[in-house]
Amino acid sequence: MKKLSKTTKSSLITYGIVVFAYIFCEIFMRTGHMSSLLKGILVPLCVYVVLAVSLNLTVGILGELSLGHAGFMCVGAFASAVFSKCMMETITVPTLRFALALLVGVVCAGVCGVLIGIPVLRLRGDYLAIVTLAFGEIIKNLVNVIYLGVDSNGFHVSMKDAMSLQMEPDGLVIIKGAQGITGAPTDSNFTIGVVLVLITLVVVTNLVHSRTGRAIMAIRDNRIAAESIGINITKYKILAFSISAALAGAAGVLYAHNLSTLTALPKNFGYNMSIMILVFVVLGGIGSIRGSMIAAVVLTLLPELLRSLNEYRMLIYAVVLIATMIFTWSPSAIGFRERYSPAKLFHKREKGVQ
Amino acid sequence: MSFVSYLLNGISLGSVYAIIALGYTMVYGIAKMLNFAHGDVIMIGSYVAFVAINSMGLPIPVAILLSVAACTLLGVTIERVAYKPLRHASKLAVLITAIGASYFLQNVALLIFGANTKSFSSVVKMQPIQLAGGQLNITGETIVTVAACIVIMICLMAFMKYSKAGHAMLAVSEDGGAAQLMGINVNGTIALTFAIGSALAAIAGVLLCSAYPSLTPYTGAMPGIKAFVAAVFGGIGSIPGAFIGGILLGVIEILGKAYISSQLADAIVFAVLIIVLVVKPTGLLGKQIQEKV
Repeated sequence: MKKLSKTTKSSLITYGIVVFAYIFCEIFMRTGHMSSLLKGILVPLCVYVVLAVSLNLTVGILGELSLGHAGFMCVGAFASAVFSKCMMETITVPTLRFALALLVGVVCAGVCGVLIGIPVLRLRGDYLAIVTLAFGEIIKNLVNVIYLGVDSNGFHVSMKDAMSLQMEPDGLVIIKGAQGITGAPTDSNFTIGVVLVLITLVVVTNLVHSRTGRAIMAIRDNRIAAESIGINITKYKILAFSISAALAGAAGVLYAHNLSTLTALPKNFGYNMSIMILVFVVLGGIGSIRGSMIAAVVLTLLPELLRSLNEYRMLIYAVVLIATMIFTWSPSAIGFRERYSPAKLFHKREKGVQ
Repeated sequence: MSFVSYLLNGISLGSVYAIIALGYTMVYGIAKMLNFAHGDVIMIGSYVAFVAINSMGLPIPVAILLSVAACTLLGVTIERVAYKPLRHASKLAVLITAIGASYFLQNVALLIFGANTKSFSSVVKMQPIQLAGGQLNITGETIVTVAACIVIMICLMAFMKYSKAGHAMLAVSEDGGAAQLMGINVNGTIALTFAIGSALAAIAGVLLCSAYPSLTPYTGAMPGIKAFVAAVFGGIGSIPGAFIGGILLGVIEILGKAYISSQLADAIVFAVLIIVLVVKPTGLLGKQIQEKV
């Protein structure tokens, strides 16, 4: 057998974890050991993993802080839900319909990523963070006031109410402002979610280990040095940012097709969501794709597993967040870990024997 | 006439944003961190004032002082427990800790006070002033808020310019390492900054809840984000910048609500921010930092 390179091996381990987790969950589900609560959380889990991995591309690989990731998810979700609702009668195979909706959502979010990336990526650091946050909020607000209808004359758009769409009697209102989209087909399931996670992982790991990925990381490590050896900064930045946005759009598609009613609330598409994804990325380890995947799963399951503690669960979540950060980064905690790490203790004992 | 009254409302809301933004901008200037928990300190301050007035029956000035004291203590404690161990850690680690602190405060408030909306009674007992034959109504809250904001800003600028502690803050924000070599107590200075910022947050909280009297554990989150936007808008780290940014933001928000769309008001605020930052990437009064190779 040909010897695998280190990076290939690492990616294969990541894919292996996903496949193993999938088989494990399926066995549990088939044998009836899974509560309905946990069953309901499986697809959102895939959504969060895709979001965390895609944001890691912006934060970890490109090195720019983005607080508006939920905005791209929102674009993907709404674009694909509109498509699915229009095509509900035309295409009757759910998987095919989902695949096409995915394409629509990904392309829309990717285009948004390019459009937003061009002005935004001129800024740096906290300014970039606040502008991405602003874009996310604008997208959420706009979606909340748009009314979209379709009839024999084509599409009608209004920002006021359903009446001002002036549609034919046979028309169908698709987006009802703040009420969102109701009655879109729920085409996604856990298997599709896992396939999407795998696709995301393949895209991101291959990008990171390619020539393009190395160029992007060179920009992250030293922008001026990268520019001086002839790397086109703007091109690679926008490339990474829009791929990240497109993948967030894919997560949005999965999210939208898991619900029969899709509304843009602060909870699901606001900055709180963007911050939550960022928490996954940072806790999992910035730049580590497997890390953000695991963090997304653990942090989504944690509040559910703590459900017996009721009102204390979010408090515990907050304390875990702070404690993890202090334990990972504070100098005294690092010293403590070095002194008492199992590997070191073991090593010392070995030396003593000699 | 309605335009003038909208404008006044905007300036009043903007003054609250400005007071919060002053706290944000000072902490950012010195600790170089985004204190996401700042908005929640506002909320805690309002709850303390609420309990002091409604449950304990204390007179209003005492209640405000109590709220300021509680927030100062809270701010210093958060800094000591959560941020100080991470002084030299990566920026993102500190950001996540701040988010954790914000969740923590929200959930503590949720546990103690419950999710129900409390209606905050205004601390301003001044009669509204009627101008132009009763067409223009200036509420007492507006006058007190704007006055408080101006007084606070002037005091802060004087403090930075003339006091020794203010000079120490400037030195630490310029170069922490060099300031330490010159014998400045860097940790003490940072703690003092957090204390001042949190005290301002308490005042802002009381004023905000006097004008918009519904108080929940999530009251502070959105004004906190808006104030952060205001601080960036004016150029983060600059005291007059935070003031101008706050006022402009408040005016844009209220005018947008009145004349364009009440649902799109936030979107308009953020759109203006993006335009300003794309044209002038360091904010209105921010300093351009030359990058060294």
